[in-house]
Amino acid sequence: MSENTMTADVNSTQDGQLEFLVKGDHHPQNGTLLGFWIYLMSDCLIFAALFATYGVLGRSYAGGPTGMELFDLSLIAINTSLLLVSSITYGFAMLHMQANKVKGTMFWLAVTGLLGLGFLSLELYEFHHLISVGAGPQTSGFWTAFFALVGTHGLHVFFGIVWLVTLLFQLKKHGLIPENKRRVFCLSMFWHFLDVVWVGVFTYVYLMGVLP
Amino acid sequence: MFENLDLTKLIFGRLTWDAIPFHDPIILGTFAVVALGGIALLAALTRYKLWGYLWNEWFTTIDHKKIGIMYIILGLVMLLRGFADAIMMRLHQAMAFGDSTGYLPPHHYDQIFTAHGVIMIFFVAMPLVTGIMNYLIPLQIGTRDVAFPFLNNFSFWMTTGGAALMMVSLFIGEFAKTGWLAYPPLSGILQSPGVGVDYYIWALQIAGVGTLLSGVNLLVTIVKMRAPGMSLMKMPVFTWTSLCTNILIVAAFPVLTAVLGMLTMDRYLDTAFFTNDLGGNAMMYVNLIWIWGHPEVYILILPVFGIFSEIVATYSRKPLFGYTSMVYATVVITVLSYLVWLHHFFTMGSGASVNSFFGITTMIISIPTGAKIFNWLFTMFRGRIKFDVPMLWTLGFMVTFVIGGMTGVLLAVPPVDFVLHNSLFLIAHFHNVIIGGVLFGLFAGITYWFPKATGYKLDEFWGKLSFWFWLIGFYFAFMPLYVLGLMGVTRRVSHFEDQSLQIWFQIAAFGAVLIAVGIAAFAIQLIVSFRRREALVDETGDPWDGRTLEWSTSSPPPPYNFAFTPRVHDLDAWWQMKQHGFQRPESGFIPIHMPKGTWAGIVLSGISVVIGFALIWHMWLVAGVSFVALIGTAIYHTFNYDRDYYIPAEEVERIEAERTRVLANV
Amino acid sequence: MQLFKYLRGASLTLLVTALLSGCDAVVMSPSGDVAVQQRDLLVWATVLMLLVIVPVIVLTLWFAWHYRESNTEANYKPDWTHSTVLELVIWSVPLMIIIALGAMTWVSTHKLDPYRPLDRIDAQTPVPVGLEPLTVEVVALDWKWLFIYPEQGIATVNELAAPVNHPIRFKITASTMMNSFFIPAMAGQIYAMAGMETKLHGVINEPGVYKGFSANYSGAGYSQMKFDFHGLSEEDFASWVAKVKASDGNLSRDKYLQLEEPSIDDPVSYYGQVDPTLYYGIFNRCVEPGQTCMEDMMYHGGMDKHAGHHGDAKAEHADHQDHAGHQSHGGHHE
Repeated sequence: MSENTMTADVNSTQDGQLEFLVKGDHHPQNGTLLGFWIYLMSDCLIFAALFATYGVLGRSYAGGPTGMELFDLSLIAINTSLLLVSSITYGFAMLHMQANKVKGTMFWLAVTGLLGLGFLSLELYEFHHLISVGAGPQTSGFWTAFFALVGTHGLHVFFGIVWLVTLLFQLKKHGLIPENKRRVFCLSMFWHFLDVVWVGVFTYVYLMGVLP
Repeated sequence: MFENLDLTKLIFGRLTWDAIPFHDPIILGTFAVVALGGIALLAALTRYKLWGYLWNEWFTTIDHKKIGIMYIILGLVMLLRGFADAIMMRLHQAMAFGDSTGYLPPHHYDQIFTAHGVIMIFFVAMPLVTGIMNYLIPLQIGTRDVAFPFLNNFSFWMTTGGAALMMVSLFIGEFAKTGWLAYPPLSGILQSPGVGVDYYIWALQIAGVGTLLSGVNLLVTIVKMRAPGMSLMKMPVFTWTSLCTNILIVAAFPVLTAVLGMLTMDRYLDTAFFTNDLGGNAMMYVNLIWIWGHPEVYILILPVFGIFSEIVATYSRKPLFGYTSMVYATVVITVLSYLVWLHHFFTMGSGASVNSFFGITTMIISIPTGAKIFNWLFTMFRGRIKFDVPMLWTLGFMVTFVIGGMTGVLLAVPPVDFVLHNSLFLIAHFHNVIIGGVLFGLFAGITYWFPKATGYKLDEFWGKLSFWFWLIGFYFAFMPLYVLGLMGVTRRVSHFEDQSLQIWFQIAAFGAVLIAVGIAAFAIQLIVSFRRREALVDETGDPWDGRTLEWSTSSPPPPYNFAFTPRVHDLDAWWQMKQHGFQRPESGFIPIHMPKGTWAGIVLSGISVVIGFALIWHMWLVAGVSFVALIGTAIYHTFNYDRDYYIPAEEVERIEAERTRVLANV
Repeated sequence: MQLFKYLRGASLTLLVTALLSGCDAVVMSPSGDVAVQQRDLLVWATVLMLLVIVPVIVLTLWFAWHYRESNTEANYKPDWTHSTVLELVIWSVPLMIIIALGAMTWVSTHKLDPYRPLDRIDAQTPVPVGLEPLTVEVVALDWKWLFIYPEQGIATVNELAAPVNHPIRFKITASTMMNSFFIPAMAGQIYAMAGMETKLHGVINEPGVYKGFSANYSGAGYSQMKFDFHGLSEEDFASWVAKVKASDGNLSRDKYLQLEEPSIDDPVSYYGQVDPTLYYGIFNRCVEPGQTCMEDMMYHGGMDKHAGHHGDAKAEHADHQDHAGHQSHGGHHE
């Protein structure tokens, strides 16, 4: 990218003839981060569809329980803070990566993973509780949409953790080589993206859900 | 004993011998032909020891050119299946009048029209469009491969995996009997408890992964990898339209994934997204699927507009008229394609203001589309037009497409749509734009770029024959449907009482036969051209005196496409190079950095197909094990860091010297 | 190039044939005022479009012919790629046509909105003051049509009748599948969906027997899901009603549950009596004893909260002019 793009500015030779080839070694820019970002945007659209569905079915209780009756905001508050803090700890991992400290990176990644695991456990507990009091995904359109939206987010967190563990092994094996740095960066975008989606879920589903 | 039974159920789910349609002679006959053909093919591959070659050079390749060619082969093979469905429907409808019930029982007929739509859109048009984009984009923007070569291979195999699952449904179980968009409640578990809709869902989900990833891939390729100097407004028009198409893919396919996912949950987990009871809402499905479905139409047509733009300019021996307005027209269409989805169901009762809003946005799309037609027209104006086969397809397109455009605008007027919706007029309209637009364009593109991919041109005679049979066959097959639509005849009907309609169906069936001849002529053209490849050879790499960078390399291009990355100064970069007496360098080559082939794409796709099949048949154990295998394989693949290599300078020099020798003889 | 001419000839012939056969084409020669207006709109829109389509086709063929390679007489300008005037024209001509068509669309879509009660019987006759429309409740069953006449207290399967020159108000719902209620000779179609109600207003101007059917594929019995629509004089309609009333069929809720079972190609049948709350029950998915009506479990899932809403909702329901399938559940009434 560095010197080769410099030569790209040369458009013509000295005698004024147009230059039609790049004579040196030309490498186009790496597109991984852009590609991953585009993928995230497409994922965002899946969530958009689920949010829209939740919006449409948001009051289709079919005689079953409502969210207002069953949502436990204090549990969700703990859950939300776990996920938000995990974003911060991921930030620490990135800082250590930029300082080329592989141990610190791995440590903070592991902390992030544990927080994610905590989030998932609480979510599973919440799901289990809801189902046990008669609010399962089959209960009504509302609960279908709820479990689909929150569950899809949870599934993303789960695969984020699988990825994170894989990455820990790869960091241990190869250290902070450029490929691994790129992967840590991509996972970082993924993790923060899930955080942003969760903020939407938290606001739209839980906070607005308990409003009268 | 009891445990044994359970295990059988876990492994085989609801798959039993009853799922094989032994009782249906049509399917059994087809199966015999396919099986014999397949065995013959496998035997030939083994006999000539081609497995290693296929595996190393094609199946595991990450070369965008070979992947592009494989996409096109997939599309052409599936075209045969989709067309077989079409001609069966045409013959059935021409017969099923009064006392005659035709030769297809309703449950078979219903599967056929569903399969026809699904195959033609997802497994013919999409692979052909993606294949041409894959082949051409890196060549047109002067780069050596796509941004993510492995992903490209994976995408191709996922698309193929979806197609394979679709084909399996023909012989094991059944396909959906719901129409190609599988509206609930008909596609719900209560109304369609069989495996048909599940085949539909998993075939599309698996292929959808491929499409989405290929969209991301090509998008990044165009944004990041253009040759130095090629600013956006210096990109070839085909690259422009591909850029817009891939934006549409990335922004539309996730919605399909989501909506099919919801339908899956309704069917597998008894949830209530689209059910009649428990507060589900089927109208939501219709909205969501068309939010994907309408952009999908433009995903297909935009690259084809690009193909026509390249062809008109080349064969009129003039640059494209109004490049800038062409680009803006494309962008406007891209944006507007998201604002029109409701015109597919004006009859759902959305209210006059909503209906007229979507009707008018639909009409507005015809303005940039009209501008495009005029641009092609004025490219021909004051040109020197050569009537090679690609140009014939283009002219056929321009005449046919405007008729389809006109009927499309008619359908966009809500009160008119109330009388024409779901009628054969609608069927005639979208075949008019999809055959007269997309398919003609794909044939034009295949003919135009065939020498680039293979090193020899296609035979003119059989190409012209194919064109005329397609064109005339199209008019015979679909003009009667416009008339029938005006007579109040609706789609998907398997039996008619009114004998006065029969003549129109017979004319349409005759048209389908003409199209069959057109397809046969195209197949013969491929064989004849292969056999005459010595006489049809193109050694220049630029047989049509082209204008864009793909014509600057040899035919077929070397694995690295360009020994040196081109530097672009203006539109029609290759034309400008020729004008300035560009000389190929014959020395000074350097090693070229290239990606390595990989087994991962085909293996991951194979496991996905197994998962899909297991889920369709409720083989929970198989599905679970293969899912773990899929994740494991994917993770294992990420531990492979050795993904590239260098083509040594001597190798490049040898290839380029050979080309110098060939060029000297031309 | 001869073939091009042949082709143009062929498509023209087809067009003319289509026009000649217009007498069979029910969409082009309907018998109800709404469908007539829809036909007129179709013709006018076609004419407007042809203003640009015909020149484009002619120019395409002419340019292709005139600028062929062998015609060295023709002007060849290999660098001519831009003309501001031309580009203005090629963007503005379609724009003008679309502005005209868009205005037509806006006005006609509102005027011909199927939910809007009719204000005329035909081009010359406004609806007489005091003439109430005939109400017919339409239920798409698997795979047959049930018509309930609440004012007459009768019901029929697979046969519909109405007096000519008398506005008809259809309220449409379905038992399971999505169908589309379509009588091409009378007016455009509208979907029939379970748990929702759509509306259609129409009138038939000439006595006769017309075809009606489902226009939206709905599964196994779809092809046979059709009925005859009889346009009758007021006297004939009265005797038709009397004939139905005299039949001994009684469409109770139990009877309906039997009728609702999927069946294909059912014969016409008459019910001289019909449960007056049946249609409400079908639409709210509570025909079976013990089912809670969707309207009653609307927006407050809590079982204790819905008391009192029942009556309001019903009252509102009566003159609700809402669109989008007037879904009876999901807080649509707020």
